[in-house]
Amino acid sequence: MTLTVNDLRVHYRTLRGEVRALDGVGFDLADGEILGLAGESGCGKTTLGKSLIRLDGRMRHAGGTVTLDGDELPLSDDRAMNAYRFHRISLVPQYSMSALNPTRRIGRMIRELLASRGVTVDTDELHRRLALVGLEPDVLDRYPIELSGGMKQRAVMVISTLLDPSVLIADEVTSALDVSNQQAVVGALTGLRDKGLVTSMIFVTHDLGLTSHIADSIMVMYAGKLAEKAPTKALTTGPRHPYTKMLIGSLPQVGARHKDRPLSGIEGSPPSLLDPPTRRPTTTPAGGPTGRVFDGCRFRDRCPLADSGCAEEPPVVEVAPRHTVACWKAA
Amino acid sequence: MSTLPDPAPDAPPAEAPVDRPGRESLHYAVRNPKLIIGVSLVAILLAVGVIGPVLLGDGNPNEYVGPQAAAPDGTYWMGTTTFGQDVYAQFVHGLRATFLVGVVGGAIAAVIAMLVGFLAGYRGGVTDEILNMLTNVVLVIPALAVLLIINAYMGVRSVAVQGLFIGLTSWPWAARAIRAQTFSLRTREFVDLARLSGSGTWRIVFREIAPNMSSYLFMMFILLFGGSILIASSLDFIGLGPTEGVSLGLMLQSAQQWSALQLGMWWWFVPPGAGITAIVGALYVANVGLDEVFNPKLRES
Amino acid sequence: MLTLDRVTKTFRAGAFGGGSTTAVDRVSFEVAPGELVSLIGESGSGKSTIGRMVLGLTHVSAGSLTLDGERVRPGKDFYRRVQGVFQDPFSCYNPVFKADRVFALVHRAYHPGVPDREWADRVEAAVRDVRLDPGQVLGRYPHQLSGGQLQRLLIARALLLDLRFLVADEITSMLDASTRIDVLNLLAGLKERGLGVLYITHDLSLGTYLAERTVVLRSGRVVERGDTQKVFGNPLHPYTRTLLAAVPRLNQPWTAAEPVEACAFHAGGARDTDLYETEPDHFVACAGLPDCGRTSA
Repeated sequence: MTLTVNDLRVHYRTLRGEVRALDGVGFDLADGEILGLAGESGCGKTTLGKSLIRLDGRMRHAGGTVTLDGDELPLSDDRAMNAYRFHRISLVPQYSMSALNPTRRIGRMIRELLASRGVTVDTDELHRRLALVGLEPDVLDRYPIELSGGMKQRAVMVISTLLDPSVLIADEVTSALDVSNQQAVVGALTGLRDKGLVTSMIFVTHDLGLTSHIADSIMVMYAGKLAEKAPTKALTTGPRHPYTKMLIGSLPQVGARHKDRPLSGIEGSPPSLLDPPTRRPTTTPAGGPTGRVFDGCRFRDRCPLADSGCAEEPPVVEVAPRHTVACWKAA
Repeated sequence: MSTLPDPAPDAPPAEAPVDRPGRESLHYAVRNPKLIIGVSLVAILLAVGVIGPVLLGDGNPNEYVGPQAAAPDGTYWMGTTTFGQDVYAQFVHGLRATFLVGVVGGAIAAVIAMLVGFLAGYRGGVTDEILNMLTNVVLVIPALAVLLIINAYMGVRSVAVQGLFIGLTSWPWAARAIRAQTFSLRTREFVDLARLSGSGTWRIVFREIAPNMSSYLFMMFILLFGGSILIASSLDFIGLGPTEGVSLGLMLQSAQQWSALQLGMWWWFVPPGAGITAIVGALYVANVGLDEVFNPKLRES
Repeated sequence: MLTLDRVTKTFRAGAFGGGSTTAVDRVSFEVAPGELVSLIGESGSGKSTIGRMVLGLTHVSAGSLTLDGERVRPGKDFYRRVQGVFQDPFSCYNPVFKADRVFALVHRAYHPGVPDREWADRVEAAVRDVRLDPGQVLGRYPHQLSGGQLQRLLIARALLLDLRFLVADEITSMLDASTRIDVLNLLAGLKERGLGVLYITHDLSLGTYLAERTVVLRSGRVVERGDTQKVFGNPLHPYTRTLLAAVPRLNQPWTAAEPVEACAFHAGGARDTDLYETEPDHFVACAGLPDCGRTSA
């Protein structure tokens, strides 16, 4: 199984113009690989996850291709994607555990969901899968409110993987959970991959620490583009992109004390990806360079290493085996 | 270390409009067909009801002015009644009365509903229990029976008084709805923050909670307005209407009493019936349109 | 400064208030001036309820909660000295008004005599104090600002009063990793000014970054508390060990917690108290092991 994403562009339509949420991202997902997709809110990671399965009507596929096992996915066509959705690519959406109908027992909800897709699954298989994620069969007879956050999340994972998709996209599945539940959910995800129910996984999260425990390789995104992608160990011990370095540097570890060594965050905030249709001036009144974020490296306004060369967009360069970076300073 | 300058500099104020929350609603409002049609229809009828009587002069619409039971023609645009009253004059005066009872009844009901709903929703506890009991009692009181009793004691009834009593009996469902919304808004953290800033109950209700429900309150008032008109017309029809003046419901009542249908005098009952239907129907359609404007998930964009 | 003594909170449940749940059960701890205490617990532990009780937003069912010796009593006077910042920055602002309105509310309620011009200067100074650029954040609607900016504006608002104590309830959970640290460093700055801070969080690494002392809460009860380094350097309660082991750390293996062999509470022979002091400033509750209470001192 291989998934190849090539220069993918996905924009959102809004009243004030188009938001270029994903502006040219490319990567490969190998057989059996878990890819961690990390980045701040607004970097495009959720958009990437949702666009691979085309779940959001406001998205517009603006360019690029996604190829799964040699088949190009019809990302612009909602109906054609039906054949792929849940069958070959599946998604566990963000906040899915709060989307469970509180008046339905879990078992009934699963049966209704499957019936609506024309799929039947026998009870033994369902029990087997529930056991795989660490849930008792009696979960099927309970209402959502009787389950903890972690249990609900795992139940939704079972539903999303019932048709044995090749690729599972897990979108922030651990964000709303307590630490003790997080371990169980992460264990369930790796279990699904190890048992072969799911071939590969894309794990979207903002928690770099958590990702480092589950992912084989990590891709860091910033402002709709790829910043750095590397095998986990290489990224966490030897990051090359300034953004990745600062991100890792801002993570407090248990035991780090403020008075011993204060950490610092990254000043400023990510640029707006709104591309309004009105013509903006190409120079400021003082004659200086334009402030358009789409020219040049998007991180340059917050980057301590930025200089005039960064006004040109850096290409994605492979600096080590399977380690790619988009930064002039990293090479 | 100060913050770095914004990478995408803000356009000078002349170029980009300030992003007010209401602006998006306005944009959708003027493009929503249901809202436009509904509001236009009500506006036209309102104009007729306000300007029409002025154009007709000081005459009493119930005066016997013309030939009896005449069909519509050049002089009497909507014909005359069995007694020779000008149906058109009655119609425009009746429109005015109908709108008046809608406004009075709707406004009184809205005010009471807001007071009761906000207080019950925000305070909770014992206050909520007491106000709920009050709401339930008023809800089950048969408005009809109350009005019959009042009729027995009052010699002369005016449209405003009718509006008053309708207002006093039709607020419970709105109070319930407001209470429910207030409950959910009360748990939002900006309400806590307002408490931490020393604001009192009513200040919080009217400055923090109500503005967040403004679209809801607006729509609710429209429904109360329309509902008031319907109730008033029904009361008029069974003889509990105002004792002086004319309203669309009263026209329907006389038309029915004097067998207009059997006698084929369609011009007597069709205009008032169509008038009531048009006003209330247009209001409800406009309300649906308004819901679509305020609630982005209902838009078919 | 802040003292909790066996504070309890029970909620009535059921149609006519028949049943009841105990959200907070005989919790005691203290916060001294210039000290930051982190209250650590998972969801359902009662930590937010404690925060709300300290702020006077919820009544205390039993026990005493005092600030500088006086009972906590909600009112303008109290809120001059005690303020709170909450988890969801977008929920804390009324969406139909501009973000600055939070400053205007404080102006009206607490400093009505201050002329507008001077108040604007004070606001600007407070905004700079939290390392924001006034030109960028004032005059905007909440949806135009980021979560981090909104949180810092709330801290700026708290600074405009004569603040002595701040309750920070999960203020960083909804922020990105890069902005979290900036907000936390702000809290550290407040602490250095002599304020007392109660930092409520579920994130152990953030709690230990800032706090001198830590309170670990589970299902409404304190299971362990004391000096942060002692509590996490030598955790004695099984729950503390589980929490510590479950935190995913970069470049470190994710292991299971080491099981507790003997209950430190009963081994120390404690009776008639909820917590036992195993070493100076390190208190632990009963471990809840199967043979607890059957071994004698």
